[in-house]
Amino acid sequence: MRKLFLPLTLLAAAMFSYAPFMIDGAPYESTMLLVQKIFYFHAPAGFIMLTSGIVCGVASVLFLWKKRPGADRVALAAGELTVLFGAIVLATGPLWARKAWGVWWNADVRLTMSLVGWLIAVGYLIVRRFGGPGSEKLAAGLAVFGTANVPFIYVSVNIWRTMHPQTTVVPSLVEGMRGPFWFCVLAFYVLYALLMTARIHLERQRALVNDLYLAQEDA
Amino acid sequence: MTLDFEEVHATDISRHFGRRRALSKLSLSLRAGEIVGLLGPNGAGKSTLIGILSTLVSAGSGEVRYGTHTSAAGGALRARIGFLAHELHLYSELSALQNLTFFARLHGLDDPALPHAALLRAGLAGRGDDVVSGFSRGMRQRLALERALLHAPRLVLLDEPFTGLDDQAVRIVDDRIRELAGAGAIVLVATHDLDLADGLVSRVVLVREGRLISDEPAAPGLRARYRSVVGAG
Amino acid sequence: MFGRVVWLVLKKDLAIEARSWELVITTLFFALSAVVVFMFAFVREGQPLEGAASGILWIALAFAGTLALGRTFERERQGETLRGLLLAPASRAAVFTGKLVGIVLLLLAVELLLVPLVVVLFQENDLLGRWPLLLALLVTGAVGFATVGTLFAAMLVRARSRDVLLPILLYPITIPALVAGVNGTQALMATPPAEPLAIMWIAMLVCYDVVFLTLALWVFEPLMTE
Repeated sequence: MRKLFLPLTLLAAAMFSYAPFMIDGAPYESTMLLVQKIFYFHAPAGFIMLTSGIVCGVASVLFLWKKRPGADRVALAAGELTVLFGAIVLATGPLWARKAWGVWWNADVRLTMSLVGWLIAVGYLIVRRFGGPGSEKLAAGLAVFGTANVPFIYVSVNIWRTMHPQTTVVPSLVEGMRGPFWFCVLAFYVLYALLMTARIHLERQRALVNDLYLAQEDA
Repeated sequence: MTLDFEEVHATDISRHFGRRRALSKLSLSLRAGEIVGLLGPNGAGKSTLIGILSTLVSAGSGEVRYGTHTSAAGGALRARIGFLAHELHLYSELSALQNLTFFARLHGLDDPALPHAALLRAGLAGRGDDVVSGFSRGMRQRLALERALLHAPRLVLLDEPFTGLDDQAVRIVDDRIRELAGAGAIVLVATHDLDLADGLVSRVVLVREGRLISDEPAAPGLRARYRSVVGAG
Repeated sequence: MFGRVVWLVLKKDLAIEARSWELVITTLFFALSAVVVFMFAFVREGQPLEGAASGILWIALAFAGTLALGRTFERERQGETLRGLLLAPASRAAVFTGKLVGIVLLLLAVELLLVPLVVVLFQENDLLGRWPLLLALLVTGAVGFATVGTLFAAMLVRARSRDVLLPILLYPITIPALVAGVNGTQALMATPPAEPLAIMWIAMLVCYDVVFLTLALWVFEPLMTE
């Protein structure tokens, strides 16, 4: 695992240094002009948040049924990154909305779902932190429920908001925008891989230290 | 299917909570008709071991076998285990008889005479309809003991069964435990009270800091032996 | 055997409750005071805000339900009787269902109070005329909320900070059920009532209930082993 750090860091650094140039070269969107360009970070962050949430859910299922401690480490790392990238989505979303359409929040489906999903992820971390001993299992239970909830949140929020006035439509990607967009998506995934690797490694080291303490007692 | 077993074998049981080792490669065998005393200072891992034997707590590593069965046998195995913990597992808002009847029915035992018989054995005849919250600790202890024994379990795990009991009650519970062993039950008693254990148990298992220190037949001078092996204080 | 255990656990909970009626009385009065507070917040110059009534109904239900859940399992914590239940040969799923039915009954009692209250305070007179659909909505919503709530409250029994953790965990997960309840009730309050819309929300609630009940029954056993 450690071997991946350096190459991933270099790759992520390279991609993120290049990204602004690509974004700059992309054509302006017809109505929103410069403001729309936040989308190149906002949307990939959303992808990562969703991916990370699913990783957390699946790892939690493995932890609950197969009781593998490695699965718990993955779930923790994924949970933290869901909160991190969710925060990015929830921060950039309103910023974009405010500049583009004059409102901070417009109950857009994706944004609302992100908010609810983010709350569940934060709840996951809170349980792990404040739940006392044995809280890893409880958090895993929550993660499983949270992941199962995604389709229901989508359906309920989607139908709910059709009753509210619509103010926005997500722009369809024009030719020149696709390149930068997918490049940024890739850059974000590289960053995600790097962060996951680092975080899981840290947890593994922590577990090793615990084992050493225990082994020392046995000796 | 009625599951049964004559022996319980715990092999290399380990369990830790984070950095704290609760049990470390502990192996123990229990046989029908034995009264085994589980002794050790506070924090030695007695409650964790009993929890694992009762199937409520999972072992981090190692295995427990009940005859040829493991805890995977689920409900059928639990039907043969009786467990009395420090917390007593009684509903304080209900009456003694209601508690006994509920747990009896939960075990599939519908005979109405059974809870009444248990009530008698607990020395609470006439107090059956009194709410448990009004009982003294000793009364609750005896009621909890009988509740744990309602289903005539094969493996009887008792964590500090003598707490709060007066002299006469201690003698009665003492006799009860001997009676159980005589009928073929496997009895494990965890206790701090060395004087009570002395004379009651047929075997003594000493644990400290999660490790098995000694496992030998009971002999006179238990307190001295305990002190020398475990260390005073 | 399953049904028997469910009935035994339920009967035991009812027997405990029947001693003092503490849980029922305090929960009902809490729901009542919550509605009154909301009424002051959402009624301007004698006119309730558009759609406030249905929202208030379901939020009061959620708040009251959360408190009731916490206190039901607080009872099981004393004397560690939950462990006593888990030690029995009974199937864990049956024990869970027994507790669940008790909670659902309590929530239905709260709804029985809240609906007439909301009708009176917000002059939603037509609502009671559409009671079959309303009943379906109330029952499926209560079951959904109670299912997730019972599981979370049970799993938090030994956790620290459990009083505040329960709402933190419960509310986001039950959002779909609450959204469905609020909007379904709203649809029934409209003139003319939007019945197909209400039926759609009820269908969603049924799916929600089935999925999460299955999940809860699966997950209960591994979560209860220490």
